[in-house]
Amino acid sequence: MAANFPIHPMDQFLVRPLFGGYEIEWYTVTNVTLWMGIAVFAIIALLVLGTRKRAIVPSRSQSIAELLYGFIYKMVEDVAGHDGVKYFPYVMTLFVFILTSNLIGLLPMSFTTTSHVAVTVVLALMVFLGVTILGFIKNGIGFLGMFWVSSAPLAVRPVLAVIEVISYFVRPVSHSIRLAGNLMAGHAVIKVIAGFASMAIVSPVVIGAVTAIYGLELLVAVVQAYVFTILTCVYLRDAVGGAHH
Amino acid sequence: MEAEVVPLALMGKYIGAGLATIGLGGAGIGVGHIAGNFLAGALRNPSAAPGQLANFFVGVAFAEALGIFSFLIALLLMFAV
Repeated sequence: MAANFPIHPMDQFLVRPLFGGYEIEWYTVTNVTLWMGIAVFAIIALLVLGTRKRAIVPSRSQSIAELLYGFIYKMVEDVAGHDGVKYFPYVMTLFVFILTSNLIGLLPMSFTTTSHVAVTVVLALMVFLGVTILGFIKNGIGFLGMFWVSSAPLAVRPVLAVIEVISYFVRPVSHSIRLAGNLMAGHAVIKVIAGFASMAIVSPVVIGAVTAIYGLELLVAVVQAYVFTILTCVYLRDAVGGAHH
Repeated sequence: MEAEVVPLALMGKYIGAGLATIGLGGAGIGVGHIAGNFLAGALRNPSAAPGQLANFFVGVAFAEALGIFSFLIALLLMFAV
């Protein structure tokens, strides 16, 4: 059954060296490198070239850049609090990079870099380590008070502390797998449905279905970038605002 | 038809990976619950709804996290075990 399938849905996630050969070392230029570079250049083109003229009546690219900036700035201010605004450039970088990678990955024949756990784990670990170090710098040893829920009855506090510690260390796992899993699953679904197009009877249905799921994936790409960023802000609030419990 | 011999460990791996995906149903229930309650609240007080959109997404993300762990188990069974 699987052998008859015209395209394998997981083939699109293969990491290949860009200039021939099969060995992948840490310095090998692969298709991941290529598409990540394209994403970075697209961001630079949008943000630097778009805001170069700084017209009072903004051009299209300038208004997109301004909308992005204002949207993220408001989100950091609302969620992370006034003390978190200092870390706005990092959050903005995360959001724009993930959003661009997700959207570029939706182009046909392209490669979705954020569908790889290796990419998202690095992003999530940077947030986790950064927030933890920042929390200890800002609050000293009092940062550990976050795990000691003082509003709960004394008897259940040790149990809650264990749960809080586990949930704290599980953060980078769920943070990264959410992004990679959502994108990988969505792209695999598109390819699975596209594979049914080889059956001539159902191919008109398949075209409609792929279009519909493509629209859904567009939504998922934006929402997952938003969710990743807003969770970064939530974690940042714990670090800069101290323990709220 | 010739019977194919499948090693028992391989069979268990595939069955386990399939069973692990049931956990995603729980995430579906959780996300649906949050979305439904958000909509119910938003229809009662539409002017307060935009301010709570961030909380809505954070809630959805936390509910989804537990479904992601079962997805992770399925992936680990398929590719790492």
